[in-house]
Formats: sequence, structure tokens, C-alpha cells
Amino acid sequence: MMRAAFILLRRDLLLAFRHRTELVNPLLFFLIVVSLFALSMEPDPRVLATIGPGVIWVAALLAAMLSLDSIFRADFEDGTLEQLMLTPHSAALLALTKVLAHWLVSGLPLMLMSPLLALLMNLPIEALPALLATLAVGTPVLSLIGAIGVALTVALRRSGVLLSLLVLPLYIPVLIFGSSAVGDAAAGIPYSGALLLISALLVLTLTLAPFAIAAALRISLE
Amino acid sequence: MWVWFHKLGSPRYFWGFSQKLMPWLIMACCLAFLIGLPWALVFSPADYQQGETVRIMYIHVPAAMMSMMIYVVMASAGAVNLIWRIKLAELVAAASAPIGASFTLLALITGSLWGKPMWGTWWAWDARLTSELILLFLYLGFIALYNAIEDRRSAGRAAAILALVGVVNIPIIHYSVEWWFTLHQGPTTQGMRVGGSIDPSMRYPLFTMMIAFNLFYVMTLIKRTRTLVLQQERNSGWVREMVGSR
Repeated sequence: MMRAAFILLRRDLLLAFRHRTELVNPLLFFLIVVSLFALSMEPDPRVLATIGPGVIWVAALLAAMLSLDSIFRADFEDGTLEQLMLTPHSAALLALTKVLAHWLVSGLPLMLMSPLLALLMNLPIEALPALLATLAVGTPVLSLIGAIGVALTVALRRSGVLLSLLVLPLYIPVLIFGSSAVGDAAAGIPYSGALLLISALLVLTLTLAPFAIAAALRISLE
Repeated sequence: MWVWFHKLGSPRYFWGFSQKLMPWLIMACCLAFLIGLPWALVFSPADYQQGETVRIMYIHVPAAMMSMMIYVVMASAGAVNLIWRIKLAELVAAASAPIGASFTLLALITGSLWGKPMWGTWWAWDARLTSELILLFLYLGFIALYNAIEDRRSAGRAAAILALVGVVNIPIIHYSVEWWFTLHQGPTTQGMRVGGSIDPSMRYPLFTMMIAFNLFYVMTLIKRTRTLVLQQERNSGWVREMVGSR
């Protein structure tokens, strides 16, 4: 059981590594969106620092959403997904593994790149640990919730806009807690409350989302 | 009881049963509105602070209540469809979504009309307003997903999963919005509190309006479900027979 999950994880990571140029795109998107915000207003350092946490979080959310489609798309089109669902292993575990592999190549790089953007947005150095911590626990939640949306829409040909309509409202709690934690940290206020709430969300989605993803995949594969 | 329930699950039995129920429902709904509307909009007293604008509440509060209740009905019908594969439950969920979205929109519009004279602004990023807006997005997502999938049965089941995910999320979204709002700015104006604090001269017309809105929902729900039943069963024997005999 665990071995199957491990093999699947290694396969997905290897596939991602073979197409590494595609992995850079969400990161570039993340960078461009944040700079667009800075360009769309007066580059007053104080203004940038006020809106910074929110802007970085919104950009991370959009970048995470844009990269979602690749979780199941290729496997769905060449039939691998159907074979995976036919194996005797738990579909929820395999779905969780695929989400984990996806997060390792999309969410984790986003998190690692965020300090650079914090610098661009003129965030104080005290906000950096909060930004990294909230992204570390927040982006897996985004991947897990997003995977439900992808699993529901993977059989459709043009699912891009529909996916964002389904998934973005469900992202709101993560966005609220994430940006408020970073904002509080920048203001020198303790931010552990919001961070713990995101962690609670992570635990909740980690336990429930795999089953929803598996059920949604079954429907899409019919 | 259970036998009757199972029978109701069959589209054909539902058709006959709802046909008999419909006139009674229409009558009850009209009666409730005939009593409720004049009572609430004309005869009930004006508020000492809000004046005549308080009358918006008689539309706004029931609409907001319905918007939340219908989502729960929709998700429950979706769960029934996923677990027991009852066709009718799928149609009930699909028929509920546009009605729920309309009530949500109505609640947002009336709230905004009430907010302008009372709070001095059409829109405030208040916790309740924001969660109601997100609820509207959830409804629209449900409708969009249901319409996007070609095969009706898988569309119904996919949308049911989405509704269930949404129903788990609604409390989380609501509280996150509430905490965000209290974290960042002091409480401005709390919305209306229904219950003990409202005077009986206003409570009873409000209750009448709530009953009227509920009846209206059940009526439109059955009407829409009947249309969907007819559409989905268009190739079955009893529908052909019925249409042929006319």
C-alpha cells in the first residue's frame, strides 16, 4: 500500500523533473502579478508595505490555482488515471500522493520564492518568518481543495475558468488567515493565532479532501 | 412511511403526487403572501430609529434565511443522490440551485438598499454581507458545473460533491470572514437580530413572511423539479403515453 504510494510519488516527481521548464511558469506568473500590483500604484514604500501581505497571498493563490490543472490532466488524457483507479490500492491514498507530488513541485517553490517578493513589496524583515510559515501550511490546503475542483472538471475540455469559479470561493479562509498573519507580523503583533487556524484547516482538508478527490475522480472517469 | 418514501423517489409517482399537491401549495402560498405582504409593508409599525426603511427587513431577512436553508437542502439532496442513487434527489438539487441563487441575490440587493439610508453606503465589507456574497459564488459555481458536464447523471453527482464540499466550507468561510472583520476594524453596525429582541408587532408579520417565502420555495421547487423530471424521462413510456393522450 505505502509502497504503491511511494512509487507513484517517485514517478510523478520524475515526470515533473523531465518537464522542468513548465515548473517555472507558475513562479514567473507569481512574480509578474506582484510586480503588476506595484506598478499599478505609486511605489510609495509605506503603501507597498501595507498592501504587501495581501498582494503576495493573492498572487500565490492565483499561481497555485493556475498550476492545478497539471495534477490530473496528463494522466487523465493518456489513461493512466483510469488504471490507477482500477488498482486495488486505496484511491484516496493515491489521490493524496498525487497532490503531494504536485505540491512539492508547485507549492514549495512558491514558498521558497516568497522572500524575494517580500523584498519587492518592502515588507519588514520581521514579516518573513510569518510569510514562510503561512505559505508552508497554506499552500498544501490550496493544493488539496484545488485538486477536488480539478477532479470534478478534468473530463471537460475547457475547464480553466470554471475551475477558478469553483475553487476560488473555497480559498477565501486561507487567504484571510494567511494575509492577516503576515500583516500582524509586519506590525509586530503575535500572529500564532492565524497560523494555528491555517494549520487546523490543513488537518481538516488533509483528512477529508482525499476522499472527495477520489469520489470526484470516479465520476469524471465514468 | 419508508415504502411511501421510496415510491416518491420514482419520477412517475412524484409526477402524479405533485400534480395533486400543487393547487394546495399555490393556494397556501398566495394566502400567506396576501396576509404577510400588507401586514409587513403597510400595517406594521415603523421603527423609531429606522423609520419606514425597516420594512425592507420583511423581505431581506426571509430571503437571507432562505438562501442559507436552500443550500443545505441542495447539499442534503446531493448526499442522498450520492449515497442511494435516487434520481429525484439529483433533480431536486439541480432545481434548488437557481432558486437559492435568486434568494441570495435578493438578500444582497435588499440589504444594499437598506444599507444606503442606514449605514450611508451601498456596500460595506461586513462579515454577513461578505459571507452572503461568497454564498452567491458557491451557488453560481454549482450551476456552472452542473451545466458544463454533458452527461446528466454524472453532472448531478459531480455537482453534489461540490455542494457537500461547500456545505463543510460555509461555516469556516463565515467564521473566517467574521474574525477577519473583527481583527481589522471595530464592530460597526451589527445586522438585524431575529428573535427575542424584536417587538411582537414586528415579529409576527416577519414570521408570516418567512412562512410565505418557504411556501414559495417549495412551490417553485416542485414546479422546476416537475419540468426536469419530464425532460429527463422524455424517452420513457409513461411520458410518451401522457403526451400522446393530450
